[in-house]
Amino acid sequence: MKPRPFDYARPDTVDEAVELLAEHGDDARILAGGQSLLPMLNLRLIEAGLLIDISRVAALDAIIDLGDTIEIGAAVTQNELMAWPQLAQKLPLLAAALPFVGHFQTRNKGTVCGSVAHADPSSEIPLALAVCGGAVVLRSKRGSRVLAAEAFQQDMLTTARAPDELIAAVRFPVIEGKGTAFNEVARRHGDFAIIAVAAIADRRGAVQLGVGGMVGRPAVRSLTADGAAAAISAWAEELEGFDDAHASPAMRRDILRKLGPRVIAEAIRCAA
Amino acid sequence: MSGQLGKPILRKEDPALLSGRGRYADDLPTPVGTLHAHVVRSPHAHAEIVRIDGTAALAHDGVWAVITGEDIRKLSDPFLIAVKAPVQQWALAVERVRYVGEPVVLVVAENRYIAEDAAELVEIEYAPLEAVLDPQAACESAAPLLHPQAKTNEISVRDFSYGDTKSAFARADRRIAMTVEFPRLSFTPIECYVVVASHNPADNSYDTLANFQGPFSIHPVMARALRVPGPKLRLRIPPDSGGSFGIKLSVFPYVVLMALAAKITGRPVKWVEDRIEHLVAASSGPNRVTAIEAAINKDGRILALKLDQLEDYGAFLRAPMPGPLYRMHGAVTGAYDIENIDVTNRVVLTNKMPASLIRGFGGPQLYLALERLMQRIAVELKLDPLDVIRRNLIPAAKFPYRTAAGALYDSGDYRHAVDIAVGDGRLDDLKRRREAARAAGRHYGIGFAAVVEPAMSNMGYLSTMLTPQARDKAGPKNGAVSMARIDIDPLGAVSVSADVTVQGQGHQTALAQVVGAQLGLPVGDINVALEIDTAKDQWSIAAGTYSSRFASGTAVAAHLAAVALRDKLKAIGAKQLNVLEDDVELVDGKIRSRSNPDNALAFGRVAATSHWSPVLLPENMAPALSETGVWSPPELEPPASDDRINTSLTYGFIFDICGIEIDPISYQVRVDRYVSMHDAGRLLNPLLAVGQIRGAFAQGVAAALYEEFVYNEEGAFLSGTFADYLVPTVSEIPALEILHYESPSPLTPLGAKGLAEGNCMSTPACIANAIADALGVSEVTLPATPRRIHAMMEGRKVEGGSA
Repeated sequence: MKPRPFDYARPDTVDEAVELLAEHGDDARILAGGQSLLPMLNLRLIEAGLLIDISRVAALDAIIDLGDTIEIGAAVTQNELMAWPQLAQKLPLLAAALPFVGHFQTRNKGTVCGSVAHADPSSEIPLALAVCGGAVVLRSKRGSRVLAAEAFQQDMLTTARAPDELIAAVRFPVIEGKGTAFNEVARRHGDFAIIAVAAIADRRGAVQLGVGGMVGRPAVRSLTADGAAAAISAWAEELEGFDDAHASPAMRRDILRKLGPRVIAEAIRCAA
Repeated sequence: MSGQLGKPILRKEDPALLSGRGRYADDLPTPVGTLHAHVVRSPHAHAEIVRIDGTAALAHDGVWAVITGEDIRKLSDPFLIAVKAPVQQWALAVERVRYVGEPVVLVVAENRYIAEDAAELVEIEYAPLEAVLDPQAACESAAPLLHPQAKTNEISVRDFSYGDTKSAFARADRRIAMTVEFPRLSFTPIECYVVVASHNPADNSYDTLANFQGPFSIHPVMARALRVPGPKLRLRIPPDSGGSFGIKLSVFPYVVLMALAAKITGRPVKWVEDRIEHLVAASSGPNRVTAIEAAINKDGRILALKLDQLEDYGAFLRAPMPGPLYRMHGAVTGAYDIENIDVTNRVVLTNKMPASLIRGFGGPQLYLALERLMQRIAVELKLDPLDVIRRNLIPAAKFPYRTAAGALYDSGDYRHAVDIAVGDGRLDDLKRRREAARAAGRHYGIGFAAVVEPAMSNMGYLSTMLTPQARDKAGPKNGAVSMARIDIDPLGAVSVSADVTVQGQGHQTALAQVVGAQLGLPVGDINVALEIDTAKDQWSIAAGTYSSRFASGTAVAAHLAAVALRDKLKAIGAKQLNVLEDDVELVDGKIRSRSNPDNALAFGRVAATSHWSPVLLPENMAPALSETGVWSPPELEPPASDDRINTSLTYGFIFDICGIEIDPISYQVRVDRYVSMHDAGRLLNPLLAVGQIRGAFAQGVAAALYEEFVYNEEGAFLSGTFADYLVPTVSEIPALEILHYESPSPLTPLGAKGLAEGNCMSTPACIANAIADALGVSEVTLPATPRRIHAMMEGRKVEGGSA
């Protein structure tokens, strides 16, 4: 499991990084934590002529409070975010979701934006981004743009990022006056979820519910606490669910039917 | 036991292992000029090899050789196997490939990166053939043949009959039958295979280093393949090995492969197996389909058993297969007093990786069938499963007990052990918890498993597979030799070497305890070196660490050597202390008069006498203090003409009780309580024993709930990474309550029985029984993944059972 030969660059600034991306396009890959990228390179599942290591770009290693949103730079690791003193207060859903992301050791290297870039259908951070209605900041030599999660997350392992773009940051809206809850079913501690559920509830029982692991990208729906069970059941039928070694579609739907109302109930409790 | 023997001494090995100072094969220095190998493997489950073109690969910078099966066939002979069948295997695929992952080409280069780059340039053309994956399908006449010359995939069928099953079935009140399948899985050591090989053209000899675990009966298999006599194949084992669990027996084809690569290139060749290769092609336990039937009385007493065991060994039989099918043979009736049994053993080949020894070694497969049957009998007769078990257990008065198939169970009090487990394990409380859970609409079940754990195999066990006539012709095979050597140097320092290989079991500590007990020395004063070197150390075909042979075998050999040295030192000491030999004792580093302890000499001083002052030795005593202990127990006789065989030396007993609940949301099996009662005779070191039990338990849980090698219909391997092949981690392993009982073995001076594999055998059966109880089903497929549990529950709804 040795990778094919590749070149390695370690720019100090975002401008240098996007310059390299513009030059090399598809042949270059961004390296931050490497927790998804490096195994794929070692297994020779993907190729890269050039790895652009952004983990030391100071401008990307920042958590910035923009008032009503929090901007998390591309070099910020999952553990760094978990250790941010204001996480529980401003981004309670992420605070609830992060302990489910991999293991302590992998969170030391894995980045928040890296998980969003990778876009595994059952991963927790993209689900949190979708439910919270967050956004992705993309930079290239051509300029910069901000895409809402809905537009950015397209399908399994597929996003709207162009080959010459790098994710500079993700933005999460600050959550105030609402309750949040997150839970998932996985085979083992730290594994990818079979089903992951995230909920944001306000005091009047309006709920924003997100589900990961059912379809190619996080699925989000608004519902009310009243009648949530029936609504979730119907939604599960619509989504159908994947078939893989760990669960049949029917099993995924059954898990969602039971887990969904539980998570909503907890979010409601939290809102009160 | 004296001194520190029997005490929970912390391990001597641990400070180095826990601080990153283990010396594993990949850490050891290699000769200058060593090249690195990479194996190109078959992507097909079954195919003819049409053409291999290594020209482009060979032209790549830094590549020294591109070796094919044809090159290997010219230089080596096929590996010897136990079954007389035209099934030939070399170190690389010859003419056809028979499993995904089979080695086809070896690329040898300056480093592994270059070798892997060049491997992508090797052109291999295959003509795919139909593959057969399922063992029952492979037995059908229309099945594709893996080895056409064998004319069948079912390459060995043997019927055994003990007692009189016909009459027993005729007079029985009922017959209960079921089919039980044990899955295919492995135990994944942290360290994979490592081989370094050199060839000396001056005398056509090989020098190899590999983390091979034994048995060393495989050494002649390697030497024969390489066409050299034994002394021309030097095999060295590294000081440490990162776990094995049986798997590092099967590194031997790679030892031969790298040795041949060294011969071809004229340079030393090193190969380090990576995880992907290990999962797809290293080794696995065999999967087995067992049809089991019992003739019973209406009170659940078993009068006779019939077993048809169909075991799937993958594409080739590697020596010493079909071990797992025969290793348990004498103990095939388990813990029960059953006099009449028919056994049919069938070996079938399929297009999967060759199976071999893994921890449990046939026990898990047998006991899943036997213990599921016991539970099934209880359900059908509406009896308490514990009553059915108790009614059939071998009573204490019958020990030593000769089983129907010939095993000699040395000691045990099974009913008493069960009573302790039921009491200390609080079965009554578990039953209350089950009641409460069911009242609340939850699925809760209780399971049991009774297991006899054999240790130290009779090397003749595999010859049971031959007919008595064939055995007579070939000559008897039997026995098991253990060897250990103790040297005391001129300053009185004690060194021990022995015929076990190290994979982290703590053997150095246990040996130091055994030897220290006789010599009156603390564990810290005894140096133990276990890196076997076939050119310099004493070894037999039984050498190695496998089949739990340490406590019943090698530890005894060390004890015997220590006793001989003790007696010699007493004689020397008596002369110097001017007392009678009977009065001398070795205690706390001194050799002294028991009746007058002030009359004492330091151990080292007395020992030194033998080196420096032989004139002070007693008459006729040879100087130098060196003893080799050899232990060859007489109970391991060859198979009798009626096919009865004592397959192992000592037999421990395990009784497990567990309560489980099905998680209503995730469909996971949650273990509420797991109690395991162990009788392994005298424990040499309770800490080591607990370590072994916990490890086997973790692997038993893995087999019950997580680990399985999955192939699709075309034979593609779907468990190639740890994302797919789920090894439970510490977060997934439930708490374990361990209870102990000791019925010492009368067959060894130490009274200790080999202990290591028990929960691999008992835990899958215990958990399967609990699931059957929880869901009220008769068929439990392992591993009982959430997906399978969900399907079982859906199935019950469909059949109209209560959901």
